[in-house]
Amino acid sequence: MSTEGNRAELLLAMRGVRIDGFADERWHEIIKGVDLTLHKGEVMGLIGESGAGKSTLGLAAMGFARPGCRISGGEIVFDGIDLMRASERQKQRLRGSRIAYVAQSAAAAFNPAHTLLDQTLEATVRHGLRSREEAERDARALYAAMDLPDPDTIGDRFPHQVSGGQLQRAMTAMAMASRPDLIIFDEPTTALDVTTQVNVLAAIRKAVKEFDTAAIYITHDLAVVAQMADRIKVLRYGEEVEEAPTGEMLSNPRHPYTRSLWAVRSIRKPGETSADRVLEIDRVTAAYGTVDVLHNISIGLPRGKTVALVGESGSGKSTAARVVTGLLPPRRGEVRFDGVALPADLKGRTKEQKRRIQMIYQMADTAMNPRQTVREIIGRPIAFYHGLRGREVERRVERLLEQIELDGSFADRLPGELSGGQKQRICIARALAAEPEVIICDEVTSALDQIVQEGILKLLMRLQKDHGLSYIFITHDIATVEAIADEVVVMLQGRVVEQGLKEEIFAPPHPEYTELLLSSVPEMEAGWLERAIARGEGGRVLDRLAEGDRERPSPR
Amino acid sequence: MHPVVSIVLQRLALGLMTLFFVSVIIFMAIEMLPGDFTQAVLGQAATEETVAAFRRELGLDQPAYIRYVQWVGGVVQGDFGTSFSGRASSGVDRSREVVDLIAPRLANTLFLAGITAVIAVPLALALGITAALWRGSLYDRAVNATTLSTISMPEFFVAYVLILFLGSLYPVFPSLANVSAETPFWERLYRCALPALTLTLVIVAHMMRMTRAAIINLLASPYIEMARLKGLSATRVILFHALPNAWAPIVNVIAFNLAYLIVGVVVVEVVFVYPGIGQLMVDAVTTRDIPVVQACALIFAATYILLNLLADIISIVTNPRLLHPR
Repeated sequence: MSTEGNRAELLLAMRGVRIDGFADERWHEIIKGVDLTLHKGEVMGLIGESGAGKSTLGLAAMGFARPGCRISGGEIVFDGIDLMRASERQKQRLRGSRIAYVAQSAAAAFNPAHTLLDQTLEATVRHGLRSREEAERDARALYAAMDLPDPDTIGDRFPHQVSGGQLQRAMTAMAMASRPDLIIFDEPTTALDVTTQVNVLAAIRKAVKEFDTAAIYITHDLAVVAQMADRIKVLRYGEEVEEAPTGEMLSNPRHPYTRSLWAVRSIRKPGETSADRVLEIDRVTAAYGTVDVLHNISIGLPRGKTVALVGESGSGKSTAARVVTGLLPPRRGEVRFDGVALPADLKGRTKEQKRRIQMIYQMADTAMNPRQTVREIIGRPIAFYHGLRGREVERRVERLLEQIELDGSFADRLPGELSGGQKQRICIARALAAEPEVIICDEVTSALDQIVQEGILKLLMRLQKDHGLSYIFITHDIATVEAIADEVVVMLQGRVVEQGLKEEIFAPPHPEYTELLLSSVPEMEAGWLERAIARGEGGRVLDRLAEGDRERPSPR
Repeated sequence: MHPVVSIVLQRLALGLMTLFFVSVIIFMAIEMLPGDFTQAVLGQAATEETVAAFRRELGLDQPAYIRYVQWVGGVVQGDFGTSFSGRASSGVDRSREVVDLIAPRLANTLFLAGITAVIAVPLALALGITAALWRGSLYDRAVNATTLSTISMPEFFVAYVLILFLGSLYPVFPSLANVSAETPFWERLYRCALPALTLTLVIVAHMMRMTRAAIINLLASPYIEMARLKGLSATRVILFHALPNAWAPIVNVIAFNLAYLIVGVVVVEVVFVYPGIGQLMVDAVTTRDIPVVQACALIFAATYILLNLLADIISIVTNPRLLHPR
């Protein structure tokens, strides 16, 4: 871990690297002269918001530019080889043998048509580093080193037959297969649940240490990078903000931007409850087809408060939202609004009943018609629910834009002309336009960067205060829950594990699963990962909880 | 039972059902055709009695549903009935079994379709894959432009151009493809050269463009980027990583074009005077030879259904998600 003890030789030197991207019919500079040096066996953390150019820079370390990008200037020297002048063939020889890449979504980066083993040893065998038999033996050993179940046979499976966390570990094994000098990890755990993430992080750490591989670890999660990296470099708008050894960066960030990244996790409101329940989910069992996905759940939403539904993907959080909105009529049980049972099916509900419950989605992009202007998007529920026309709608749209802290000029824009955070604000305004009492927020901040997340969360909290709104807040991110929730409902496999006031849920003692969930959330301090591993592997607890079918293949 | 087997059986059952519905539609459509065989044969001067007698002899006096049941019942046993033609008012019956009439024609059509497919399918795949590999290059553009222009021209025009150059100006191949059951294989191949070439030019474009598009469509996938980042050559990336995932759309277009080779080539048959099943059906329609028309229509429908079924099965078998369930 320590750089001091290991002042090894230089492996990678990038100086003044400039990369252009082609958009709107011209080239834009997306990396604006960044330096990066990496020594053998060293792990460099690369952090920043999306669009900061982290992945682009990481790929440039392999001399690779994505289609639509070009490396326009600077120097990239890998172990004495000038990648800017090297021929395509020379670079091909390096890739997959001396430099390897681990992609963000292993589920998408494994070819669905071939087995894991074939893909794991492909590069090694094609580059002539090993014979096929040797490579197969080695791959099995690597699977075992990555703590994959059945290391001798898992390679014969196809990607869809393996869970997301296992795939990510298999991909690390694939990168290790050629014993590269450098591995680029491009957000390798971003797509995973926290409990799965711990195991993958542990496996990656172990692999990097064992083979003394240098790595560039790209992520937007500070806590993760704190566990993995020797040094951290912060990027913003394609420029370096600062770089420092991990310990120093954590304890004493110099640049205000870095400090703001650190500060995001500081919002925290005390949890309050109220006996007055605006919405009650009463003993609901719901199914897709014949498979029950919610088992007899009861959740109450206090008026003017926020209930956070937390749990991993597949735990039934979104399904619960679908039952509340009437998109999925439950098989048993009912949903009561102000003490009155709502018709189970959306078709049976009155306009007034629909108006009072609105929804905001994770992907603001796909939740808006790309060909409608902001005015049309927000104006539609105003006209639909309140029957207003013309100038009236106009005025309301303006007022709503003001409430979401955007100026009136946004009314004429199309969704494509907005940033991710602005899009999510428009979706919030659209939900507000109906003047609802309950808003269901389904992972509304998950696709956003930390700073933008903070803005959205603050906006939601202010709107709650101004309008007395009640939120059902679906998320898998514990930090978000700590920030915004009053009450917390922990879900596992369609059942409610625990529910209550936030402070109570987060204070020990916990039921076993809550404990696992909370302890899996990476913390910023160095050494957290070691302790998490030492505390007993998360996977085992889960296995016991779910009798072995926990790590089932992830739906794609 | 392996899920693929059950899916295949399901599709097979579905195909048979479709064929049954099609048989109903064919029968009804022919019922609705204007004109009447008896009147067409006997002429305007025929008395009502002769017409009635003739209709009785052919079974046309029966209600439609009974005739349908008789027809389908026969077809199931391989009996497509007896052709109307050859019967005349003279009373001498020289009519032939529909099967005897169709079999040699169908064999001819299948032969022509077969050799065309053997040339066109590999050619289209090779062109499509290489065009995808060197997309944007001069080669890619040339291949696209050429195939697009051959498909844009009417097939009879392509046929006449080929006859002009290869049959007339430089007489390499015969302009007429008159073959019979006795024609030896190589002679037959030689005579079929021009029609096969015409059809190849007509169908290559579709298949080539779909191959190219299906592969290029996949090139933006993360697993293709991964393959490139493993240092694999462009050829390996396309053949080993893109193509296996592109089969489903390609196979569907191939099936569609093969079906066209069997059911839709009457124009080419006419130009080259080739005794195929298309011409037979057109002749049968003009003489209102209902049993032959019905049999041809049913064969055409079965061809489409069978080839599409085959394409479906290949799509399933090339999809590891279905072939190797969790």
